[in-house]
Amino acid sequence: MSTALLTDLTIFILALLVGIEVIGKVPATLHTPLMSATNAIHGIVLVGALLIGVTAHNLVGYILAFVAAVFASANVVGGYVVTGRMLKMFRRKAPEPQPELESLNGHKGLRGLAGKIGIGRTES
Amino acid sequence: MSGFTGYIQLVYVLTAALFVVGLHLMNSPATARRGNQVALTGMVIAVIATFILMIHSGTVTATGWIVLLAGGLIGSAIGLYAARTVQMTAMPQLVSAFNSVGGGAAALVAIYGYYDAESHVGGVLGTTTVFTVLDVLIGSVTFSGSIIAAGKLQGFIPSQPLIFKGGRLINAALAVIAIGTGAFLFSTASLPAMLVLVLAALAFGVMMVLPIGGADMPVVISLLNAFTGTAVAMAGFVIANWALIVAGALVGASGSILTKLMADAMNRSLANIIVGGFGTGDSAAAIGGPVDAQVRSIAADDAAIQLGYASKVIIVPGYGLAAAQAQHGVAELAKVLEDHGVEVSYAIHPVAGRMPGHMNVLLAEANVPYPQLKEMDEINPEFARTDVALVIGANDVTNPAARRPGNEISGMPILDVDQAKSIIVVKRSMGHGYAGIDNELYYNPKTSMYFADAKKAMAELTAAVKTLVG
Repeated sequence: MSTALLTDLTIFILALLVGIEVIGKVPATLHTPLMSATNAIHGIVLVGALLIGVTAHNLVGYILAFVAAVFASANVVGGYVVTGRMLKMFRRKAPEPQPELESLNGHKGLRGLAGKIGIGRTES
Repeated sequence: MSGFTGYIQLVYVLTAALFVVGLHLMNSPATARRGNQVALTGMVIAVIATFILMIHSGTVTATGWIVLLAGGLIGSAIGLYAARTVQMTAMPQLVSAFNSVGGGAAALVAIYGYYDAESHVGGVLGTTTVFTVLDVLIGSVTFSGSIIAAGKLQGFIPSQPLIFKGGRLINAALAVIAIGTGAFLFSTASLPAMLVLVLAALAFGVMMVLPIGGADMPVVISLLNAFTGTAVAMAGFVIANWALIVAGALVGASGSILTKLMADAMNRSLANIIVGGFGTGDSAAAIGGPVDAQVRSIAADDAAIQLGYASKVIIVPGYGLAAAQAQHGVAELAKVLEDHGVEVSYAIHPVAGRMPGHMNVLLAEANVPYPQLKEMDEINPEFARTDVALVIGANDVTNPAARRPGNEISGMPILDVDQAKSIIVVKRSMGHGYAGIDNELYYNPKTSMYFADAKKAMAELTAAVKTLVG
């Protein structure tokens, strides 16, 4: 077994252990964003796809490089954007109520009446 | 390792470290966004370093640059569009699709590596290592399996377990072919053999996921996530790149942990889930129970009275909530109740929905503050102090039958909904859940059934409560 392979294996095993330690602390409420974030992280395979280009010099090589680049870049960009979109929604407190909603709940105007008898805005 | 590539490898080490830090920041919702940005930084510097390496090598042809840049731009546009437009209820499909392309790209890296070594004059086979074979195998299985999973979640492939005669035999045969071909590749140079390996692995991925039913999807997605990570790590071994090895290992660990959590939450072994769904599975869901007469049905006004005069309400959401897109409706109902002084929290079972944490994301989308979302172990002791448990689109995870031995769901951890002083179940019909058995909760004298689509029910309840509390 070569030293290089031994080094790679050591890194792999240690990274697995670090992963188990770090991921184990993620609360259940964040499991979907976690999976989406790890999705983006495995998009690092983009590096592998790009490196195909270093030696590709015929049609088969170019096709493989192209498909790998499409797959991996969709993975990276999509993964990060959607994770960010999800995490932006997690809030500790409910957002400040809209003025419109307040009038609907608190006052006896026409809108309050509409709410009272169950017509008008039943969903927002 | 020459000086220059050594420096590039150092950048990859930095990338790996940023991935770890990023994932570490995911341990709290308050820092999770920063975590995602830190991981993104790691990705960006890795890609820049790779471009520098490519330019430095000087061997990338003009066509090569065009092909890679075009591929990168097209892929990025697809990824961006999908990420921007996807509905939160469709998140499991999207995650599955990203698993698929990630696994596919990892397999392609190894396939190219193999092809490249062979295409040199003389066709020396020094590079066919166990990592190449594993990468191609796992990557291909993930690619096709994830497409099937996404198809089932999106609904263009039936979500019930598709089991046909001899399916297991075909699976076994495919596995033997794939592993046999892989072993053959160690000793013999053969591009056709590589092709056979790829095709057998792709077919195996399809056959593996087809028999798995909708409610087992949280396990399957987690497992395929772990597979993708492993495939990427193997690709890292093939091209001797530490960033890929570390990232792959991290994702593999994450997917494995989630797989175990999901399987434990169903009290089923992974083997049991992979081999096939519960009995007839989802197909029984549409059939009305013969015992309708024994359950108590309730109208919106009565339900609103119970909710409006409660001091503590626990909402139990399930897949039905996602299917009906009722997350905004339930949040609005909860807000009206809270404004009226009712304490509202949500009980989230680990396998509620179609992926780990699915309900939490939906409710976060509807502006429900995350401290209100309680995990099973945290909320279970509170049911006894609860006036009304409102079950929306959840079924098997509330069935007290799980506490008794001798049935399909025995031993599955459940939410102790039956401990609440009164229970309202919002459900379209008396149909069975995924396990295909009656839910004893519905026959509990404390339970009232509110038969309606979840979204419509939430609108009606909200209106009725508003009328009540003025």
